[in-house]
Amino acid sequence: MKVDRETLDKMAHLSRLHVEEKDAEKMMEDMSNILNWVGKLNEVNTDGVEPLTNMSHEFNVMREDVVKTDISKEDALKQAPSKDADFFRVPKMLE
Amino acid sequence: MLKESIRDKYKVVIGLEVHAQLSTVSKIFSSESVSFGGSPNTNISVVNLAHPGTLPKLNKKALEYAIKMGLVCQSKISRYNIFDRKNYFYPDLPKGYQLTQDRTPICIGGYVPITLKDGRQKDIILNRIHLEEDAGKLIHDQDSVYSLVDLNRAGTPLIEIVTEPVLSTSEEAAAFLTEVRQRVRYLDICDGNMEEGSLRCDANISIMLKDAKTFGKKVEIKNMNSIRYVQKAIDFEIERQIEEVERGNSIISETRMFDITSGKTYGMRAKEELNDYRYFPDPDLSPVIVSEEWLNSIMESLPLMAYDLHKKFTELYGLPQYDAQVLTDSKEIALYFEELCQRTKHYKAASNWMMGPVKAYLKTLTNKASEIPVRPVILAELIDLVEAGKLSFSIASQQVFPVLAEKQGTSALEVAQQLNVLQESDTGSLMPIIEEVINSYPQKVAEYKSGKKGIIAMFMGEVMKRSKGKADPKLASELLSKKLEVL
Repeated sequence: MKVDRETLDKMAHLSRLHVEEKDAEKMMEDMSNILNWVGKLNEVNTDGVEPLTNMSHEFNVMREDVVKTDISKEDALKQAPSKDADFFRVPKMLE
Repeated sequence: MLKESIRDKYKVVIGLEVHAQLSTVSKIFSSESVSFGGSPNTNISVVNLAHPGTLPKLNKKALEYAIKMGLVCQSKISRYNIFDRKNYFYPDLPKGYQLTQDRTPICIGGYVPITLKDGRQKDIILNRIHLEEDAGKLIHDQDSVYSLVDLNRAGTPLIEIVTEPVLSTSEEAAAFLTEVRQRVRYLDICDGNMEEGSLRCDANISIMLKDAKTFGKKVEIKNMNSIRYVQKAIDFEIERQIEEVERGNSIISETRMFDITSGKTYGMRAKEELNDYRYFPDPDLSPVIVSEEWLNSIMESLPLMAYDLHKKFTELYGLPQYDAQVLTDSKEIALYFEELCQRTKHYKAASNWMMGPVKAYLKTLTNKASEIPVRPVILAELIDLVEAGKLSFSIASQQVFPVLAEKQGTSALEVAQQLNVLQESDTGSLMPIIEEVINSYPQKVAEYKSGKKGIIAMFMGEVMKRSKGKADPKLASELLSKKLEVL
């Protein structure tokens, strides 16, 4: 499978990444290679096989509706690259 | 305003998406509290912050709440459930995706019946009800360089109720929302408060010429935080679209916001990006299988709904449709009335009490508590006293009821005695006198039966005389007419 420029630009936009012009050719090639490699799996006959959505074979792993706190605001904000006293700060987003 | 003749050329197609915030105490895939009005970023967890290596785990109650809503809407409940990732990159969800149900919505199909003002009924067909997580809030106007992120709301459990495009007027939309709000409130799965955003509605609206084969381009309207605004926004949007098409313009498929002050919808300036959510099953959550046994236990836990009580009030208690409608409007009133009817058999009188004195009293209360201050057993006692003729209705409602509301727990009879308002006569002591009078004047009775109704005054005078003035005139007159009618 060949990743063309349009696909590359679309992927970049969806992940909000900027791709340097000089890197574009190399990236398309790398992405194509990855897809081809994974594409090998398409050769396996999966007729009648239910899609696997979870790696464990468990089901109904649920929790009761009980409140527990695992992180404080202070600790959470500590991890952030940009913050003020109460908020995480991100580059200006306008809808 | 559009001319009727122009409007009549078009058919309006509306579909609604209603988000209801489930009233669990913790979030849908993590354990932090769901509570509102707290300071920013206090209800957060490592899961919702998307810290590496953390895993989501489904809140069982959220799933059960969604199933409850599906059951009362006659939806089919999905027995095998997975969650999907809806991928988008935006800071309101640090994970980079929203967990939702794309492939296996917990509830499939179903319908919600509505009644319109002209009495017409319609079933609003549902496409699905699915579970998903809410996103955080972004604040754009407090900082010139940054947007601020508050993740308190991120991960709050929601159900999204999606209708088929089967509505055709704003009135139908309002009736549908009213019914949905009543159902979530009766089920106690959501507080139904639109102003505070616990119940939110988006509307997809398109118009088409009546003989057209394909739907027009649909426009999505957001930001309507009351049923009245939903109605206004839909009405405005229908007119706008018809005017555009009449002018020869085409409708752009877009999202528009409703502006409360102008009553208009406006398109969002940023160009519509091509959304590509790349849904795929979330591999971190295990599938949920709803067994027959589990489903049955949820079904058994369903409370009486407004329509159940409406049916009971009309069929079992013989109340008029109107009474049943008013009494079931709020769950608190309906359940109170239901308990009242376990204590008194004077159902219509009880209904009149609820819609009259009780409602009036609740309106005078300044605090928002909708709790009725007189216990059903006491109110039933008061109603029975009035019905037995021991107390006049006006004295009972204006003098006795307020005292009972103040002094909780005292009996109605005690209060009436203390106020010295009990009438001396009752049915038991009046009936012999009435019978005596009737028996004494067979000639007059015959005249009455032949149509001379005015003669009842003579009987009344006689009854008052023989009771030495102690008879309650209202009761005596009622008993007398009843007696004469059945002769």
